This record gives sequence, C-alpha cells and structure tokens, in this order.
Amino acid sequence: MSERVRLGALPPQDLQARLAAGRLCLRTGPFSLRLQSRLAHVAEAVGLLYAEHPLLPEEGTFFDFHPRVDAQPGLRRWLRPQAQFELDGHRPFSPMALAQAAPMLEWGLNWCVTEHAHQYIVVHAAAIERGGRVAVLPAPPGSGKSTLCAALVNRGWRLLSDELALIDPARGLLLPLARPVSLKNRSIEVIRSFAPEARFSAVVHDTLKGSVAHMKPPAESVRRDQEPARLGWIVFPRYEAGAPLRAQALSRARGFMQLLDHAFNYHLHGSRGFECLAEMVAPAQSLDFSYSQLDEATRFFERLAADEAPLERAT
Amino acid sequence: MSWPDALLIQVLRDPARLGSLGLPDWDLLIRQSRRSRLLAHLALRVQALDLNPPEAAAAHLRAALNVAESQHRAVLWENRFIAQALAGLQIPVLLLKGGAYAQAGLRAGLGRLLTDIDILVPLARIEDVESELIIHGWEGSEELTAHDQRYYREWMHEIPPMRHMRRSSVIDVHHNILPRTARITVDAQRLIEAAVPLPGAAGLLRLGDADLLLHSACHLFMDGEFDKGLRDLVDIDALLREFSAADAGFWDQLERRAHALGLARVLFYALRHAERLLASPVPAALQARLRASAAPPAWQLRLMDAVFRRALQPDHASCEHRGSTAARRLLYLRGHWLRMPLPLLVRHLSIKALARPPAPKPARQA
Repeated sequence: MSERVRLGALPPQDLQARLAAGRLCLRTGPFSLRLQSRLAHVAEAVGLLYAEHPLLPEEGTFFDFHPRVDAQPGLRRWLRPQAQFELDGHRPFSPMALAQAAPMLEWGLNWCVTEHAHQYIVVHAAAIERGGRVAVLPAPPGSGKSTLCAALVNRGWRLLSDELALIDPARGLLLPLARPVSLKNRSIEVIRSFAPEARFSAVVHDTLKGSVAHMKPPAESVRRDQEPARLGWIVFPRYEAGAPLRAQALSRARGFMQLLDHAFNYHLHGSRGFECLAEMVAPAQSLDFSYSQLDEATRFFERLAADEAPLERAT
Repeated sequence: MSWPDALLIQVLRDPARLGSLGLPDWDLLIRQSRRSRLLAHLALRVQALDLNPPEAAAAHLRAALNVAESQHRAVLWENRFIAQALAGLQIPVLLLKGGAYAQAGLRAGLGRLLTDIDILVPLARIEDVESELIIHGWEGSEELTAHDQRYYREWMHEIPPMRHMRRSSVIDVHHNILPRTARITVDAQRLIEAAVPLPGAAGLLRLGDADLLLHSACHLFMDGEFDKGLRDLVDIDALLREFSAADAGFWDQLERRAHALGLARVLFYALRHAERLLASPVPAALQARLRASAAPPAWQLRLMDAVFRRALQPDHASCEHRGSTAARRLLYLRGHWLRMPLPLLVRHLSIKALARPPAPKPARQA
C-alpha cells in the first residue's frame, strides 16, 4: 500500500454517503471489508470506532466480506422499526430494534469470522501482546475478559482482539484483528474512569446483553494490525468482587485442554490443527487468574511481561 | 436469453476460465459459491486444475475445504453409528443423497456439505426403526405441533427429523423418495430391490446408479425450494459424468428405469438443464427420445425453461433478473402442487399461515 488513508480522514458526510452506497471499504487485520448501511447512527459509530483503520480502494480488488446492516423493509418499519444484518443475502440473526444496528454490525462481523474464516483456528478469547509475546485470555461471558482486555490495552499492551483470537495454522502465529472492544453494563463506566482518554460509541440499551458500548481500539494497535506474534501466555481470567488477586500456574496439559474448549473450529483443521496448537502451547505459560481491582491486575500483567510475576505452583 | 448465466455457472461449465479471472471476478465468484453452498466444490475444481488463485481468494477456498473435509470424516463416522443402531432389525437400510455419495466414495460426495443424513427403510418397519434410533440416543423434536406430526406421518415420505442427543447429528428417516400424497408416486420396494451394498459400512446400502440419479433429479425438479438448486444440479452433473464413464450401458439403463418408474419427465428436465448450464455429456439421441416421449407441450416447455434457468442461478443479488422472483414463487407453488392434491394443500398452507411463528433465534453473543 503506497499511501495509507485513514477512515477518520473522510469528512462525515462523505463517509455516510459511501456507507449508504455500500462503498465504504476498509481493512482490519487479515480481512478486507466492504460495508453497507443507510443508517446515520451506524455511520457515526463506524466513523468513530474505525477512524484509525486504513481505507481500501473500491475498484479492481477483492473483499473478504460485504456485510450490510439496514432497517427491515416492509410495513413493520412504521410500527416498530428493526435492523437486520445481512451477508450476501443471508440473514443469520433475528431482527433487532433499530437503535441496536451499530452493535449488530459488530456482532455480524464476529459472525463472519466465526462462520467463514476457517482458514484460521479461531479461539473465543481476547488476545493482547507485549514485547513480542501474546497473552490469550479465553473465558466464558461474564468472566470480565473484555473488561480486563480493555484495561490492559490502555496500559501499553497491543490489542490483537477482544473476542476472536486468530491463529494461522501454517505459521503457528496469532494474527491481529484490532477491532472495537465490546463492553457491557457496569464495565462501560469502569473503563471510562479507568482510562478517561478512551473513546466509546454511544451506549445502546436493552440489547440481549444489556447495555452495550464499543471502545475504539488504540491507534497503535490498529497501525500494527498486520504484525503477527507468537503465544506467550494462556490466562484464564475470572472477575471476583472483593477477592484478592490470585494467579496460579496450570500444567501445560491442562492449559492446552482448556484452550481447546474455547476453540470454535479446531476440529475442522484435523491433526494439523492439533499439532499446530500443541507446538504453540509448548513454550507458553498457562495460568488461572482471579482479580477484583483493575489497577492491581494491570500491575500484575506488567510483571508477567517482565517474567517477574509471582505464580502459585501448578496443582 | 438476453442475460448471461452467473459467473459461478460459467466457470463450472468451463473450468479453464478459472485461470484468467481478475480479483473482482474472484470476489464475486466466492460470494456466489458461498451462497450456493458450492465453495468447497469450487475449491476442488481449482485444485484439480492445479491453479494458483490470488491469495485473498485462496484463503476462502482453503477455509471451505477445511469444513468439507471435516464434514466428510464426520459423515463416515456417523454412518457407522446408524449401521450399528439398525443392525439388529435385519432390514435393508439405504443411505440417500450426500450420506450415500460420501460412503460410496463418489465424486459427487467430495466437497459437498450436508446438514443431515437421510436414510430410506421399508415402510412396514419404520416404527421399529424409529424405536431403535431412540434406544440408541436419537430423539424427536419437541417443538413439532400436532399438525406437523400429521403432515409428516400421514402425507409425507418421511418421519419428523431426529437429533442425536450427544452428537447433535440429525437423521431423516424416509420410506420413499416422493411423498405419499404426490401426483407421481414410486414403488419404494422396487428401489430397495435394486439397491447396492456400500463399502465400509456393514449393512448399509445405496440406490442403484440409475435410481440414485433419478432421486437427485426428483429432489431438484419436483421440490419447491430452489435455494440449493444449483448445488443439486452440480450433484446430477457429477453423477452423470462418473456413472457414464464407468459403464457404457448407464444411459440405456437410466432411460429404461425412468420410464419404468414414471419419472421420464423429471429425467428430461434434469438432463436438459445439466447439459445447458453445466455442459453434462448427455447423448443427443437420448435427449431427443425423452423429449418426444416425456416433454411437456412446446409453450409449457418454453415457460419451464425460463423459470428453471432463473431458479437455478445462485440465490444472490448479483444474479437477479427480470422474473427471478416470480420464477421462485411459481416453483414454490408448483412444488406444493406436485406434493399434494389441492384440498389438502389449501388446508396445509392455511394451518401454516395461521400458526404462530417459532421463537426467534437470538444473535450470537460473541
């Protein structure tokens, strides 16, 4: 790419016009996207959240996905307007309230990756990098994974992804997909006060997940989103109100098995996928991690990156 | 014919074109193929020609192959469980469609995705089959209404789908290849008598070559849903090529069998469109005989040609032409018309229209 034009360089009206015409083309990590939406609030959210992402030329090239989110047509739109996500005519979700169109686009983009990007091993986990090593944080919803990830990327860690850790099975490396970080309910305020400089899309209430906002990924993470990195740590985080910080080393075998539990599609990669993951995990440190204070947790990760973190022994 | 076929159909008909596509062509081709559930099939075509598509497109082809290969392994695995579960009944158990193509090692089974496994068993033993499957961990859906149950059990050629409680695989148990109420019916006993054993799955059978092709043709040209129409036509093309190359007598056998089972018009349509869209090597004399004996009157044939050609394009925005929507609607009605007599059809569609829609599926929380 000779000249890199940021999406944020587009005047808002231009951005909205391109998006409405389905001509807003951008790159995020390994994927090139061509987005379409006539909804002004979607244009606003995309303009804010993807401001650092590079625009792509619209002609003469290839796009991985052509997603679209728009108001549902038909009579209903006068009574109870609803938004619908669509990829090439396929509508994987039930319609949602029109006000939820912007987060719906984010969920739709996640779906594009988990449903179609089987050239990679996709793990349901946050992934952040420091000093060339990636910490993968696989965890079920409610474990505080995204909150911890949002905090750490505001304290010097590079964001690879808050939801979808992508592994290139040919190289055994993690690929960045530095997209907006999804936060919900109380986490939104927690991160706002933890990192006042962070930018957020408008909070959307009453979604299936409660109140939702997306945090703009750090500019540096987006600038470096073509730089893969190797695995350093597998951290299974758990938020426990009022509990002291606790970090316990896990045996390689346990770390590996628990990582597999969070892989969406490793079974599609047959024995190659298994071998790739096993090789990646061999030099990595696995740990169970519970915390209640973000400051304390980020300090712990600082020491982890410096190989100075105190760990309880594997059981 | 003022418009060209979809790019996907053009490259399936003439795979050499794959070597000269630009990036925007690949963009469109991947989208049309994904929508038609033919991405893995396309990937195999590319592989067979030893082409090196641009990396951006190649990544999607690799992804689709990973899915298809994994599914292929899963189907062979699942077939063994089915064989084991039904072994005690000592009855013929036929795998149908994708499950049979995979188990038989037919080229039509490579790169083909499937959502469930279809089997055919004798009608008289279908309740025994159902209870054996339940004993072995499959269960029926609790969401079916009394009408759904009745629709399947009294009118259709299958019982409601069953899902395995641990493996989540779905099995459709049929007793015929066409509904009981259909305008054309086939004697299932004759299909079972001509069945051939499958390698690697003790006790499982498949339809004989001609019947396998005719079933695929019925599935495509008598059904009302065309969203996977092109995929089904690709199956037909692959079966025709493989069977006719392996057995010089295949075409004669196919023609005789179609007449014997009352499926000559369905075969006529299948061969006509496989040849037109995918350049299947159909003998001209055979097609001329079928046209003379089984084609509809000329005006109707012209109409059906226009309708099928539209419905067989990929179900993608890039393939919409004047009349595409009307063609799909017409085929939907025709599918139901062929499936059951009018009074029954009115009753069924009214109940369906008045019933409450099922609970919506929530968006993935990831």
